[in-house]
Amino acid sequence: MTGIEALTQAGQVMVASGCGGTGRELGAYTDLTGLAFVTRSITLDPRTGGAMPRVAETPSGLVNAVGLPNPGLEHFLATELPWLVRAGARVFVSIAGATIGEYAELARRLARAPGVAGIELNLGAPDQLGEHLFEVREPHHAAGVVAAVRREFPADLPVLAKLRPDHSRVSEGARMASEAGATAVVIGNTVPAAMPDGRPGGLSGPAIGPLALRCVAEVSHALPGLPVVATGGIASTEDARRFLALGAHAVQIGTALLHDPTTVARVRADLGTDLREDSP
Amino acid sequence: MVEGQRGPLHVTGEVLATRKVGGYRHLTIAAGEIPQRFRAGNFVAVSVDAGRLARRALWIHRVKEAGAYGPTLDVVVAVTGPGTAWLADRPVGSRLDVTGPLGRPFALPREPVSCVLVGEGHSAAPMLALAQRLRERGCVVNLVVAAPDEARLLSTLEARRSARSVTVITGDGSVGLRGDVATHVAGVLDRTDADVVYAAGPVSTLAAVAAAAEQRGAWSQVALETPMPCGTGLCHGCAVPVIAEDGVARMVRGCVEGPVIRGDRVHWEALA
Repeated sequence: MTGIEALTQAGQVMVASGCGGTGRELGAYTDLTGLAFVTRSITLDPRTGGAMPRVAETPSGLVNAVGLPNPGLEHFLATELPWLVRAGARVFVSIAGATIGEYAELARRLARAPGVAGIELNLGAPDQLGEHLFEVREPHHAAGVVAAVRREFPADLPVLAKLRPDHSRVSEGARMASEAGATAVVIGNTVPAAMPDGRPGGLSGPAIGPLALRCVAEVSHALPGLPVVATGGIASTEDARRFLALGAHAVQIGTALLHDPTTVARVRADLGTDLREDSP
Repeated sequence: MVEGQRGPLHVTGEVLATRKVGGYRHLTIAAGEIPQRFRAGNFVAVSVDAGRLARRALWIHRVKEAGAYGPTLDVVVAVTGPGTAWLADRPVGSRLDVTGPLGRPFALPREPVSCVLVGEGHSAAPMLALAQRLRERGCVVNLVVAAPDEARLLSTLEARRSARSVTVITGDGSVGLRGDVATHVAGVLDRTDADVVYAAGPVSTLAAVAAAAEQRGAWSQVALETPMPCGTGLCHGCAVPVIAEDGVARMVRGCVEGPVIRGDRVHWEALA
């Protein structure tokens, strides 16, 4: 499985989408060399993002309605991607679209971009409707996107399908995404929530850790051969080990970086030590 | 790819001193090598009690590069919610996770020009260091310090050494002129023949200062206090609408592209 080796090579810690800035900002605290960096979601056209306030603090969590601000694919390819590649990051480009056709178009153009290690599909984000994104109501909607992207993206490069951490449907979603050609599934995402003023948002942080753990456990159990990248509330090495022990192939760290931008460096160093100790 | 000596650091600091000054709490913090990298207009992001994930952004008020406890920095805490209340309660010896120096600082003029510095409430904090830097460059510094009342007026004692004039404005007239910055700023700019105006305070004050500066052909630099969930540029949560040099309206991150922004670049109507 060539695609997933690209993940393991990078160690078992990735930067989750939307929590690493453009990469430059994180680079002040963390050596990006070899680090699997998932970009914030890139769309075909630039997006300014949602209204302020965009983030609200809740007990052990953050609710965000950031609204996928990004400079659009063209600008990303011209400026942000080359910087990340030069910094030595393994770049996974998160993509989001309003239609399956838009996802396919993004994949087609990223397939030709030098230095892209893989794609992560932002599927079923909690604010998909308000943000005019493709609506993933059923597992087959996500699978449709995976299949369309897989047709446009080199077979030897990984396509990660980031799924909603809804435990009642997550195993079915993971199975269908895998059958449609996803190299691995990322479980999960922020959990649908509301900003204090009622606008749709997504909850993240330690508050959702146990929810993500439940989903990862179910998928690992139901689909033992499918690589699972776990994310949701991981803020420490201990958290990461808990997910890895349940069968996760890799972990992503997101919201914890907003609280402590050195989290990835620390967890990566700790897990790197684990790996060395494990080898004979 | 770590930036050079100017890049931010993430350190575990220690509260060395805590003082109640009027309506605010001043904390002196040993914060690794952050003080050596400080430029006026920088801020730090500080973690508050466990379970609160967002950072609290605080202006760096002053730094001491060498003291009995090594380099230290001072911040001014205005209690606006449970996080800042927790911070204000930290006793001497408390550990604090501090990230900084963050943000784009005030740009300093190359020529020894006439400057007006406007600081309102706790946001006057960065003006002290700025006044010193400008004075070192031979600039004429005129300081305007404003607040709703005397308790929320930051002390200008130290700044008086760097400033040619100090204008005090309080909303209730308890000290100095009665009223607000918007009412008095144009007069100060005329009187001082200002070339550059620096301002920190609430959005309405900054908008008024930027407008007054523009009207008389002075440059303005405003330090915006956008709510900043992370302060480090990672989350895109602190959007500020600007009109960029190409004339295109776009959103920038207050923490990275700001907090100091040219007053004529801020899209004030979209910010209101």
